[in-house]
Amino acid sequence: MADVRLPSTLGPLFPGLPRHLDVQAATVSDVIDHLEREWPGIRDRLCEPGPTLRVHIHVYVNGERAKIDTPVAEQSRVDVIAAISGG
Amino acid sequence: MSATLLLIGTRKGAFFLESNDRKTWHLRGPFCEGWPVYHAIHDPKSGAIYAAAASEWHGQAVWRSPDLGETWTHSSEGIAYDDETGRKISKVSTLAVSDGRLLVGVEAPGIFESRDEGQTWSLLSTLAGEPGSDTWDDPSNQPPGHLGISALMFDRDDADRFWAIVQGVGLFETTDYTQSWTPRNRGLRADWPREHEEVGFCVHKLVRSPVDGDRMFQQNHVGMHRSDDAGQTWTEITEGLPTEFGFAAATHPHDRDTFYVIPLDPGHGRTMPEGHAAVWRTRDAGSSWQRLDSGLPQRDAHVGVLREAMAVDGEDASGLYFGTSTGQIFASTDEGDTWTQIADYLPPISSVEVAAIG
Repeated sequence: MADVRLPSTLGPLFPGLPRHLDVQAATVSDVIDHLEREWPGIRDRLCEPGPTLRVHIHVYVNGERAKIDTPVAEQSRVDVIAAISGG
Repeated sequence: MSATLLLIGTRKGAFFLESNDRKTWHLRGPFCEGWPVYHAIHDPKSGAIYAAAASEWHGQAVWRSPDLGETWTHSSEGIAYDDETGRKISKVSTLAVSDGRLLVGVEAPGIFESRDEGQTWSLLSTLAGEPGSDTWDDPSNQPPGHLGISALMFDRDDADRFWAIVQGVGLFETTDYTQSWTPRNRGLRADWPREHEEVGFCVHKLVRSPVDGDRMFQQNHVGMHRSDDAGQTWTEITEGLPTEFGFAAATHPHDRDTFYVIPLDPGHGRTMPEGHAAVWRTRDAGSSWQRLDSGLPQRDAHVGVLREAMAVDGEDASGLYFGTSTGQIFASTDEGDTWTQIADYLPPISSVEVAAIG
């Protein structure tokens, strides 16, 4: 199971969404599919149509910047970050 | 008298101001998790409040509160163009509701509809084929901060009829719920070259008299204009105003000839001239104008007021409200003769709407 960490900005939008959760997934896209099944609408908050990751949503797999099709392994850590930007 | 609720969209979320007497106001918010709220409206039929918001991180959505802000949900399900069109949505800009039909105008220009109170959406129209539509997605043809569809206004009696403003292009009317559109810009002024006879006008704000559906006013990039035939033709009524530029406008709820505007400097500052805050009123359909500034700051008030940031209520002694780019809300309950500041220190204000509650 991948160890998925989500940004604090998502919690208020989806009641019950934890900051950390374990997800069985082969890619970043699979992680988002899992989240979408549990919390409908969350894909739109993370992805543009395509889908591609939103420009200010950064995903790291084991510390490496990832794209939506980046592989996720059994013990991967997946950090989803709302980029530090804006004012 | 019912309670008065002001719905305030700001750069950092939505806020409400509530009052039972229009003298003492109670502020609530921020709502919508601090997302920039471009427009918030109240549906008098369902009692729901909707807010069009676009987060720079999490994208655009329409928020809904069924209980005057106690609880909120949001959805953007269906608010997207087909991927193969290459069109993207940067923001949801404006809302309108009538008879169970909830519309949201978006950028790139298009209109989406919800029939289930904002839970799901479908594309209603992109005004494809209308003059100018072949180039209005070109960024070089768009102003900074482009809103796409900057305003939607339903007819009060016929839910198949509404008007849409395409920012920097002009006003369009449909009478068959978007099966067809007609440009409604005849008589408007434009001080720049235009490729099409019927479009290329910069309509900032359209308002319609509640007591005479043929009487409309619009604040344009270049001048104030009046229509006496529901937008089919326009006559300029700028003379007597300090500038021809502004965004906000409001009609009187009971008098077809009374109308309010807030002229701004036409340069890129777009603030009140010389730092003196004022609303201007006509009582004769634009033949003459009166400056209304009692109670408004008359020194160093370099504030702007955006296109959706002035509203009027329907009380017998009608209330007039506007919000500024620097976070103040001003109110008048004597038709603009005197003003009171009822809120301060809000984020920059995008929109103000007023609802009678209870």
